[in-house]
Amino acid sequence: MADLSSEFIGIKSPNPFWLASAPPTDKEYNVRRAFEAGWGGVVWKTLGEAGPPVVNVNGPRYGAIHGADRRLLGLNNIELITDRPLEVNIEEITRVKKDYPDHAVVVSLMVPCEEGPWRDILRRLEDTGADGVELNFGCPHGMAERGMGSAVGQVPEYIQMVTEWVKKHSDFPCIVKLTPNITNILYPAKAAMDGGADAVSLINTINSITSVNLDTFAPEPTIDGWGAHGGYCGPAVKPIAMNMVAEIARNPETAKLPISGIGGVTTWRDAAEFMALGAGNVQVCTAAMTYGFKIVQEMISGLSQYMDEKGISNVSDIVGRAVPNAKDWQDLNLNYVTKAVIDQDKCIKCGRCHIVCEDTSHQAIWMHEDRTFEVNDAECVACNLCVNVCPVEDCITMRELDLGEIDERTGKKVEDYANWTTHPNNIGASCG
Amino acid sequence: MSTNPSTPGIAAGRLSAAQVASNFSDLHPPLTDHEARVAADRCYFCHDAPCMEACPTSIDIPLFIRQISTGTPEAAAHTIFSQNILGGMCARVCPTETLCEEVCVREEAEGKPVIIGQLQRYATDRLMARGGHPYARAASTGKSVAVVGAGPAGLACAHRLAMHGHDVTLFDARPKGGGLNEYGIAAYKAAGDFAQQELDWLMGVGGITCAYDQRLGDNLALDALQAEHDAVFLAIGLAGVNAMTVSGAHDADISAVDWISDMRQSPNKTDIPVGRNVVVIGGGMTAVDAAVQAKLLGAETVTIAYRRDKAAMAASVFEQDLASSKGVRILYNAAPKSLTADSITLARTETRDGKLVETGEEMTLPADQVMRAIGQTLEGAPDILALENGKIYVNETGQTSVDGIWAGGDCATGGEDLTVTAVAEGRDAAEDIHNRLMGKG
Ligand SMILES: Cc1cc2nc3c(=O)[nH]c(=O)nc-3n(C[C@H](O)[C@H](O)[C@H](O)COP(=O)(O)OP(=O)(O)OC[C@H]3O[C@@H](n4cnc5c(N)ncnc54)[C@H](O)[C@@H]3O)c2cc1C
Ligand SMILES: Cc1cc2nc3c(=O)[nH]c(=O)nc-3n(C[C@H](O)[C@H](O)[C@H](O)COP(=O)(O)O)c2cc1C
Ligand code: SF4
Ligand code: SF4
Ligand code: SF4
Repeated sequence: MADLSSEFIGIKSPNPFWLASAPPTDKEYNVRRAFEAGWGGVVWKTLGEAGPPVVNVNGPRYGAIHGADRRLLGLNNIELITDRPLEVNIEEITRVKKDYPDHAVVVSLMVPCEEGPWRDILRRLEDTGADGVELNFGCPHGMAERGMGSAVGQVPEYIQMVTEWVKKHSDFPCIVKLTPNITNILYPAKAAMDGGADAVSLINTINSITSVNLDTFAPEPTIDGWGAHGGYCGPAVKPIAMNMVAEIARNPETAKLPISGIGGVTTWRDAAEFMALGAGNVQVCTAAMTYGFKIVQEMISGLSQYMDEKGISNVSDIVGRAVPNAKDWQDLNLNYVTKAVIDQDKCIKCGRCHIVCEDTSHQAIWMHEDRTFEVNDAECVACNLCVNVCPVEDCITMRELDLGEIDERTGKKVEDYANWTTHPNNIGASCG
Repeated sequence: MSTNPSTPGIAAGRLSAAQVASNFSDLHPPLTDHEARVAADRCYFCHDAPCMEACPTSIDIPLFIRQISTGTPEAAAHTIFSQNILGGMCARVCPTETLCEEVCVREEAEGKPVIIGQLQRYATDRLMARGGHPYARAASTGKSVAVVGAGPAGLACAHRLAMHGHDVTLFDARPKGGGLNEYGIAAYKAAGDFAQQELDWLMGVGGITCAYDQRLGDNLALDALQAEHDAVFLAIGLAGVNAMTVSGAHDADISAVDWISDMRQSPNKTDIPVGRNVVVIGGGMTAVDAAVQAKLLGAETVTIAYRRDKAAMAASVFEQDLASSKGVRILYNAAPKSLTADSITLARTETRDGKLVETGEEMTLPADQVMRAIGQTLEGAPDILALENGKIYVNETGQTSVDGIWAGGDCATGGEDLTVTAVAEGRDAAEDIHNRLMGKG
């Protein structure tokens, strides 16, 4: 069987599946059970500075988007960092790490944006045996209003400054956790790198309002008639997170910066996709909160099976495998021509492909008298919309035209690779 | 006119070979990938899942269904086989409506359980289709164990012992292994030659030597087995049938189990004689299986006569409905009273003060064939073993009253007489034997 053991910025763990800093990692009791269930590591729920701990709301802190059968697709929360005293957390971290030396225990931190508090909390951690620290520059609600979390993560200069303090005052491997609530992920990633971060982790949650109660006209979750935006996570955010991971991994300046991938990881496949896009490991929050710690067993068996089938013996061999294929639009081959093909044996004649193509400007699917559906190659632009809306799996597929074959829509022969940068219509294209 | 359902008396070939083949195809056709994913999506991944609790082999059902939903049915099959090496057969024959699916929270909530059995088949079929065997044996222990009876209990025990590195000799009185998987289970539940395919696949673990045509108490002696092996496991099932005491004699008064056994061994089944009017006596799974298969072979009328009421019937409501849907008539409260050469007279009964009594009313049915399905009994158990309620006494780990001899499955006390229970008992006895042989027990 494949070897799932993982090493991320020098931190070893039995597998690349870590629990993200969040309620599942807020207690010794949880973390011990998580390790017993099979998780490779945890990032402890974010610690704040010594003194009276933060206070959470005492009404609903979560809101959710469900599928029709109540499958949880997206989760929103207005929870703050740990609301337990610093000393208690530190004692627990020390005990857990002592009993689980082979598992990764990283501690997430968030203190005010001044050097003193950062130095102090790092000192408090020195004897815990923790494997590293993660700087929470991502939490988008509550703490951000107090100048922490995403309020830091949205200002690259602050990220760099705090990261420098952390590297100056400790030897811990340092992961900077990024907020997705920014315009371009490369700026904060680069700032972290310039500050000396060993890695970045992303994403933290996305600003969101899950729903509005149309009787009380209050955003949900509602606390005594009012609601505040929260942070969105779970399966729904995975595409957003994966793009941000890929952006960092394929950008030459940040390409060497290790990444811990977070956002909607629920199955082995999600994890493998993040890793293929450059994540050295993954962190999981919502899936564990939705199904319990046991889901890691599926991640372990699934990733092992995948690796065995592919002949991949080490998880690090997956990391970054898709990065060379993640490109800019302008790099894509404009001479790659495909046409939709309907498998008449599979078609159930619902007509959806026809109407979406009809109403989406291409009019490339005929509906014949006998209610059969056929693609008109002379109009099909190969957009893939019919494939996406067809209720029958593999009923509509895309056929790749061979080199030299005539594209009936343009009347031109399919030629070799050429992209927009050299296209005659591109007036900016340099000729020759 | 050629032979047909109305041909009087008993005849083979009442239906065409094509019709019979179609009648005996899979009761539940295998799920397609898409169907499996949709079915798997309904599972809630319950904590401490009731379905898992209800499975006699404690398969981790939520985990294997999740593995199906994430596109790794092979991993799902590993989850299944690690608890139940005959997970393929159990997926086909378990009365899920009274086991895992009965307690599925979606059955509770909506009356529509997750179709656990069919998903289990989907996963196990996928892994078995890959060929090879999923388990490697541990290093040889040099110990040897005799397993008598190659039905589900014996197979599960032999496999687990072989995995632990012991050498196993598997004896059976019949010329083929599989036990009732091969000779008893309804043909439409284990369509194709699944019982033998599964047996061959299971043997792939290595370390198991089969010795067929060896009957304990006949050409196989217990003391010799004890002398030659470090442990003995008995899984001889229930080889005898209960006798029915009614007055008169019928020309074709046969045992349902024997008739099914002959039918299971016939490749296309058109050579199996079946009556125009068939009456099956009994109320269990065997009665239903015999009746349904008689109907599928072209009997014109098939009646199950059961002496108690519907609620008391051992066959589940699902089985009863299956019989009705195939055109079998079930007469409740009808006890056999007397036979003539070609008819049976039944006494109507009722329950008074908790006792079954005849009402005095009688009915006589034409019967070209009378099939008895009134229960099997232990036969051929060695005298030195203590019995309890007509079965070999075993404790919770499968040990009999004689040191060094274990027993499980239908022949032993404990559990229901089901394939899956036999598997659980065989597996658990193997673990106990292993612990004992390795000095751990
Ligand atoms: C007609 C019928 C239909 C059934 N349908 C179902 C169903 O749909 N679902 C379900 O879960 N259960 C069903 N059952 C019950 C199920 O088949 C049994 O519970 C199960 O097979 C018991 O397994 P076993 O290994 O204990 O015994 P068996 O399967 O009976 O195997 C015993 C083996 O021991 C051998 N043997 C017997 N005596 C000796 C001897 N003296 N020496 C050597 N070998 C010997 C036999 O040849 C046989 O191979 C059915 C039973 C019958 C009769
Ligand atoms: C209830 C809740 C609390 C969270 N608390 C923290 C936190 O204290 N520190 C932190 O860095 N991230 C926190 N997160 C963010 C998660 O660690 C993670 O980045 C995010 O949920 C995306 O991953 P997911 O889709 O697997 O949930 C929290 C998320 C949730 C749902
Ligand atoms: S999940 Fe637990 S803490 Fe939360 S509302 Fe329900 S019972 Fe209360
Ligand atoms: S959407 Fe699919 S199923 Fe429906 S008509 Fe088009 S090809 Fe057929
Ligand atoms: S009880 Fe039903 S829904 Fe729950 S885990 Fe079992 S199969 Fe799934």
